[in-house]
Amino acid sequence: MDKLSRRNLFKVAGGAGAAAAVPHGFTVRKAEAQTGVEAPVVAPSESSAAPAHAGHDDVLFFFTTEEARFVEAAVDRLIPADEEWPGAVWAGVVNFLDRQLAGAYGAGARMYLEGPWELGVSQQGYQLPYTPAELFRIGIQEVRDWLAEHEGETEFWDLSVSRQIEILQMLEAGAIPLPSMPSSVLFETLLATTVEGWFADPAYGGNREMVSWRMIGFPGAYAQYVDLVTEYGRPYERPPMSMAEVARSHDHHGKH
Amino acid sequence: MAVRMKPVDVALVGGGATAAILGKELAEAGYSVVALERGRMRRTVPDFQSPYMHDELKYSVRHALMQDPSTQTLTFRNFVGQKALPMRQLGSFLPGTGVGGAMVHWNGQTWRFQPESFVLRSWVNERYGEDFLPDDLTIQDWGITYDELEPHYDFFEKICGTAGIAGNVRGDIHEGGNPFEGPRSDAYPNPPMKQAYAGALFEDAATDLGYHPFPVPSSNVTRHYTNPYGAKFQPCMYCGFCETYGCEHFAKASPQVAILPFALANDNFELRPHCYVTRIEWDRGSNEATGVTYIDSRGREIFQPANMVALCAFAHHNVVLMLNSGIGTPYDPVTGEGTVGRNYTYQTMSGASVFYPPEVRLNPFMGAGALGTAIDDFNTGSFDHSELGFVGGAYIAAYTTSGRPIHRHPVPEGTPRWGAEWKKAVQRHYNSTATLTVHGSSMPHRGNYIGLDPTYTDAFGQPLGMITFDFPHNDRLMSRYVTGKAWDIARAMGGEQISVGWLDDHYSIVPYQTTHNTGGAIMGTDPTKSVVNKFLQSWDLHNLWVMGACVFPQNAGYNPTDTVGALAYWAVDHMINDYLPDPRPLVPT
Repeated sequence: MDKLSRRNLFKVAGGAGAAAAVPHGFTVRKAEAQTGVEAPVVAPSESSAAPAHAGHDDVLFFFTTEEARFVEAAVDRLIPADEEWPGAVWAGVVNFLDRQLAGAYGAGARMYLEGPWELGVSQQGYQLPYTPAELFRIGIQEVRDWLAEHEGETEFWDLSVSRQIEILQMLEAGAIPLPSMPSSVLFETLLATTVEGWFADPAYGGNREMVSWRMIGFPGAYAQYVDLVTEYGRPYERPPMSMAEVARSHDHHGKH
Repeated sequence: MAVRMKPVDVALVGGGATAAILGKELAEAGYSVVALERGRMRRTVPDFQSPYMHDELKYSVRHALMQDPSTQTLTFRNFVGQKALPMRQLGSFLPGTGVGGAMVHWNGQTWRFQPESFVLRSWVNERYGEDFLPDDLTIQDWGITYDELEPHYDFFEKICGTAGIAGNVRGDIHEGGNPFEGPRSDAYPNPPMKQAYAGALFEDAATDLGYHPFPVPSSNVTRHYTNPYGAKFQPCMYCGFCETYGCEHFAKASPQVAILPFALANDNFELRPHCYVTRIEWDRGSNEATGVTYIDSRGREIFQPANMVALCAFAHHNVVLMLNSGIGTPYDPVTGEGTVGRNYTYQTMSGASVFYPPEVRLNPFMGAGALGTAIDDFNTGSFDHSELGFVGGAYIAAYTTSGRPIHRHPVPEGTPRWGAEWKKAVQRHYNSTATLTVHGSSMPHRGNYIGLDPTYTDAFGQPLGMITFDFPHNDRLMSRYVTGKAWDIARAMGGEQISVGWLDDHYSIVPYQTTHNTGGAIMGTDPTKSVVNKFLQSWDLHNLWVMGACVFPQNAGYNPTDTVGALAYWAVDHMINDYLPDPRPLVPT
């Protein structure tokens, strides 16, 4: 049994949605060295594959509808729209997170997930037994349970904006006692991955129309500045380009 | 039962920079060499091509070119007596995996260590007195001098096409270079990089304060260049995707560009990827290595017999392999005895950010890994420590390596970490913030070492390496002092606001600091206090050699790659001209 990789187990169990059902303490072994030619690898070995961006009404690969509503409200507070620029929700960060958590990153593909488990000190880093997908799934449920108990059967997304901000601040401070994890770990993972989705290449599903890059003036994947680097202070006004656009442009040039 | 391969003269553990150097030189000298790389084959084409290489999420955040902790990681604790726990994901440092190793994703910052570094204990004792160093600071001399290493520095820099202004050529101090460096036999092979706006602002401020700024020596090559092997480089495009990325432009010196093709062209050399070395085999009677055992891509255990073995893996990994193979005496931090794992050191990093008004456009995305302007006025040999109570030092540099926004969106102190105000601050400061790096030395401490973890194992069932490390008091004093000097320069740079990033209270495995892990299999003159002699030959098994930064007795206030490369050329020179014709301990014990 210990030759079976965690990723294989997900497949066997019917997809990443079953992740929380994986018993903790289960011996996880990366199968790479043991995989013979008869037994093809079933999941990507690197974590970055994600379908091209689609709109807000996309199919969800990982989140349940309730989880998606929770995450949507949360990322709307983390990176809100303002009078000048849209925020994380418009940019597609919910879909970004959904696809990341449905894929190899969510499955903890590049994490050491062997026990025994102890929390340790902050200098020792993440020590929970959960993959990122499990962390989100368990954590969101436990925050919803806490809210149901302390906010009168109210869901996070139904709270006022100011109360949502207060709840997030309490999570950040570790001030909401969750049964399975320090609330700050859930918050920090959500914040880090939200910033990833906001600033990553639009090909990953967030950063729609390169909104974050246009906001700050980052030119994106097209990059050679050997002739400009000493033009001190000169505005760089070329619109940004994503990997997908650069690839299309290469393709275009190739045909003419 | 392990499969037994055809014997070779030399087995190299690893397929990165030092394996490429040893492979090229030993194969050319007529020896059969096999390099065993745990990762996959990687080439500039097709593996490092734009636009797909310009993917911050994949390469900088998800670490696509790096060691996979699910296969092997380390455990970590700050002090003896604390329970060590696994580094479950990469953070503080990023060892590579795959052909080319960490020299694929390095920045190209190519610094020599100062002459004082190599004789540090002797130098401190002579200059500041025998009582200056506290007992728990286990600083040692390297057993080699700068003058012995200098020709190999020079050659490695020519291999890398390093670009810069020489500050000291045979004792003549040259304007515009680093006046605090040791004497060079020759200038850099290429002219310096163009300096970025942030570097120019730093240069003006540092000059006004009486310091000596110069362009950081860079192996992001600045013009069409052919190295001594015949490798053709193209000029750097300042694309801002250097650290954690492979270079698509044939501009950054990687083993793939600079060395490996000339090893692979020789029939004596074989590079075997997907081979995960688990043990060095050795004969307990004759005290000689007999070869290495590895797991191949199908999970089979393979024995590769060899007349000589050289460890060319990343620093920790060489040490962990020795410990897991039972070679030498493991270091004991309680008694201070034993050698393997001793003097594990790192790098003491801090910095400062200068926030300008938005109309000062610094265009940080017009960057390169070694694009920077630096001063070396506060490195180990550059200034007087006698009233300061510490040894060591740091260079201070204004680097413009990238504007990749997931990791770089600076905001001033006091800004909320998220929400509307954070978003406004990111927008305002993204293009107008300069960052100063204080790149500090790391002194060995009796309690800092690499051992084997008693609890956790890797994917092959072997004990994980265990790091015990915290910043010694000496290094905290050093960092406070030099970071204060960086703060002075930051104030003189004329921004609206400054944030100073002081050294953390305790070393943490979490935030990225640097991949300059050093020590653990150190070189020296005393077999009871070092693992290898001055030629990098094991004191215990004369046909075992150890390459890489794990041989540094302590780490200087510079990036290690130039010294790693120079030491590999120094060692291979002695293998070919002295050892292999007559295998024996080159330094009698």
